[in-house]
Amino acid sequence: MQYLFSVIHDADTLATDEEMAAIDVFNDKLVAEGHWVFAGGLGAPTTATVIDNRGADALFTDGPFVESKEYLAGFWIIEADDLDVALKIAAEGSKACNRKVEVRPFL
Amino acid sequence: MSDVDAAVTRAHRGEWARVVAALTRRFGDLDIAEEAAAEAFATAVERWPADGVPPNPGAWLTTTANRKAIDRIRRESKRDDKQKEARLLYDEDPPEPLGAIDDERLRLIFTCCHPALAMETRVALTLRMVGGLTVAEIARAFLVQEPAMGRRITRAKDKIKAARIPYRVPSAEDLPSRVSGVLAVLFLVFNEGYLASGPDTDPVRQDLTAEAIRLTRVIRALLPDDGEVAGLLALMLLTEARRTARVSAGGELVTLDEQDRGAWDASLIAEGHRLVRERLAAGVAPGRYQLLAAINAVHTYARDIRDTDWSQIVALYDQLARIDPSPIVALNRAIAVAELDGPDVALAAVERLEDRLAGYHAYHATRADLLRRLGRSQQARAAYDQAIALAGNTAETAYLSRRRDQLGRS
Repeated sequence: MQYLFSVIHDADTLATDEEMAAIDVFNDKLVAEGHWVFAGGLGAPTTATVIDNRGADALFTDGPFVESKEYLAGFWIIEADDLDVALKIAAEGSKACNRKVEVRPFL
Repeated sequence: MSDVDAAVTRAHRGEWARVVAALTRRFGDLDIAEEAAAEAFATAVERWPADGVPPNPGAWLTTTANRKAIDRIRRESKRDDKQKEARLLYDEDPPEPLGAIDDERLRLIFTCCHPALAMETRVALTLRMVGGLTVAEIARAFLVQEPAMGRRITRAKDKIKAARIPYRVPSAEDLPSRVSGVLAVLFLVFNEGYLASGPDTDPVRQDLTAEAIRLTRVIRALLPDDGEVAGLLALMLLTEARRTARVSAGGELVTLDEQDRGAWDASLIAEGHRLVRERLAAGVAPGRYQLLAAINAVHTYARDIRDTDWSQIVALYDQLARIDPSPIVALNRAIAVAELDGPDVALAAVERLEDRLAGYHAYHATRADLLRRLGRSQQARAAYDQAIALAGNTAETAYLSRRRDQLGRS
């Protein structure tokens, strides 16, 4: 069973060196314990482009699809047997990256 | 009620949770388990009057519910083979060792009270799956429209399935925090019954207090060594024992000092006292519910309000404040202090809580009572007005209004 951990950024500052180091330690642990699938950090929402190609021509919009103070700063995809395991890992992840983390199951 | 009706009622009380739990275990799906259990009970209502009550009603119900569940899965699998495959895979899981706690109902309770579900959802799901209340009954209990309550329960079942909230008793390491989550759900159900809110609601909802006690008894039977479970059960019993004395025939709250102690339920009190003594003998530092139960034990030991051991009660509140430093505990401690050191000392302690409790009716009611006893009628009247504006319980409102109107015009 796979879960998406969305890292919710709600501060003005980007990740500090200490946070980056803690994230590395956390990632190593995910790999060692067999939970790691994939992870990544994302550029700020100002770097986003939204494409809508449902009509005749592809439409490009500069910026994120929704403007918000809180935004997705990164994510993990992890493998876990059930939600109890996933929540425990997410709690460690939240501590490591010093951000809120949303846990959602893949269908 | 005929013998058969009584047998169906008894089976529903005793077996509902067991049937739902056994089916959830077998089919890995709360929705299927709930629907099949409901169908099995409906079949019992139809068949038992003609065929007679089976010798083992629980086994009959589980077998019937199993058959209903398999029928449903067959019907659905014709539509969706993939789904059938998924279910079969789930069913192949080897049964997990249960250790000392070998009751399926416990898994069910922990799943319904999972911390990933909102509190109101946990309450609704527990009453439906474990308590066997209908969606309509739960909706009525919490003053919600039936379709809204139905959606809440359906969403919860969907989340449990999609996010794979596990169907198991938590590990020893997680057990204390998860048990306290379950107790919080049961205490909430009890309190909603004991101090029902809403202008058109009975002041005491005995259906809810009785259900909370019944479910706490189930948990107590399953976790007999857990001190807080015993504490919560004792607290509920000692509170429930005073229920009939607490509201007058005219629907007005009767405070502890005015209650007819002869109307208290002696057997519930005896059972509550037994549990409190058992916890004292265990020699383990008591948790919140055990301390609240001990406070209620001191109250119920006194045959007359004047015999109440107030210094013991204040000492217990001190102990409680150390593990639960909430302003509500401080408020209740101040009420006991008024009896021990006088209303002036208590009033000073109460007024220090204003910042945090200004929106809580009991803060204003307590302050009003203390001001009244100190002869400060004008301030007391204003405090009663604030308490009445915030109180949601009809019996309390009636009591507070009378107290206010008894104050002399100054």
